[in-house]
Amino acid sequence: MSIWKYANPTQFMKTSGWMLPLFSVLATVCVATGLIWGFFFTPDDFRQGSTVKIIYLHVPSALMAINGWLMMLVASLIWLIRRHHVSALAAKAAAPLGLVMTVIALLTGAIWGQPMWGTYWAWDPRLTSFLILFLFYLGYIALWQAIETQDVAADLTSVLCLVGSVFALLSRYAVNFWNQGLHQGTSVPVATGGRSISDVFFIPLAISMAGFVFLFIALLLLGTRTEIRARRLKALQNREMRRETSNQQNLHAES
Amino acid sequence: MIALLRRDLVLAIRAGGGFGLGLAFFLILCILVPFGVGPNPDLLARIAPGILWVGALLACLLSLDRIFQLDFEDGTLDLLATSPLPLEGVATIKSLAHWLTTGLPLTLGAAPLGQLMNIPQDAVFWLVCGLALGTPALSVIGTFGAALTVGLKRGGLLISLLVLPLYMPTLLFGADAARRGAEGLDATTPLLLMAGISAGCVALLPFATSAALRMNLR
Repeated sequence: MSIWKYANPTQFMKTSGWMLPLFSVLATVCVATGLIWGFFFTPDDFRQGSTVKIIYLHVPSALMAINGWLMMLVASLIWLIRRHHVSALAAKAAAPLGLVMTVIALLTGAIWGQPMWGTYWAWDPRLTSFLILFLFYLGYIALWQAIETQDVAADLTSVLCLVGSVFALLSRYAVNFWNQGLHQGTSVPVATGGRSISDVFFIPLAISMAGFVFLFIALLLLGTRTEIRARRLKALQNREMRRETSNQQNLHAES
Repeated sequence: MIALLRRDLVLAIRAGGGFGLGLAFFLILCILVPFGVGPNPDLLARIAPGILWVGALLACLLSLDRIFQLDFEDGTLDLLATSPLPLEGVATIKSLAHWLTTGLPLTLGAAPLGQLMNIPQDAVFWLVCGLALGTPALSVIGTFGAALTVGLKRGGLLISLLVLPLYMPTLLFGADAARRGAEGLDATTPLLLMAGISAGCVALLPFATSAALRMNLR
């Protein structure tokens, strides 16, 4: 028993077949609970008023935007090292999800920034690095779309993802050097364990974050299953086409 | 390797390729910007370092799809891949040839063209230093982008999309060094950081470039 048995598409389809409904339900329940609790049953912040409530969308989507890229990086490495097709397809399926999460984070941030900072956009390090992440997602997806041979596309996008990760990290810290920040720091620093957010806000936020993780996993499974099915369909079509052409050739030979 | 370098340089200069084209683009940009923002000398002086850096970057971008495309189409790249020369070496030489025909002229041309933009005299030194240290990184990163898109029919626009985010740190430090120079501050820190990025790119990216080339030629 090892994790690599899921690299077999048949095994993956079987396992993801029961995991998909499970994670869909979990995602629906958590996102709905987190958002409804957050939007309607938490008090207003003493300074930000009710605008603070957009945090229940903003933080989870930003979380998944970054973790989506990390997941693509791991999947790309697995593809490059062990050449499991499921891994490459999972990376392909993750890219649009990460892109959407990045866009949600940027948009909710802009909507939140307008009343708080008086501007939709500022060239703040965090905002800028998210914009750069957005560009990386765009480039990655465009490269997948542009190359027709699927295996070559998987190879090249994996290399791009690897190199891109290094440069994304570099940009993240380079922009710190470039401009002062307007964005607040994290309220839940994982490294130190401290927390500067009250439980009243934190519990719905945590539920919403878990919900976004489940949502990402569910959509990722769905996307990967679609990609696998699309590839099977293409293989079947190719086989049919070959059979037809060979039949025609046989007819010609007989006549 | 020397022969390959010489061949690439001769091709670039004689065959009406990228050589000079980047520089001409740079010149046009430096003429257009004052039309765009108005001839106010103070304003021009303030934005000059940044505009020159962005111009250098775009001029560099312009000639990227030439690096491998012609060689790929006429089969030279296959020959190079099967030659005893390691593909990493080929990638390095290609970047070097690109730098000699684009980065170096841009670096040398930045000082006179900067006068059109009324660039502060203190900034010229830092701008030229920054371009000299930063354009190698631009060429090496660009070669990587060109290797990724070499098999594509219309790779030109895709290259820009792939390469521009990768250019971000270099541009940031380069423009920052020039800006600090213009304000009379010490610009060594961003320059050193950028030199670090350049050195890292030159050392590591040829491996990624050759890997991408192998995948495309397979």
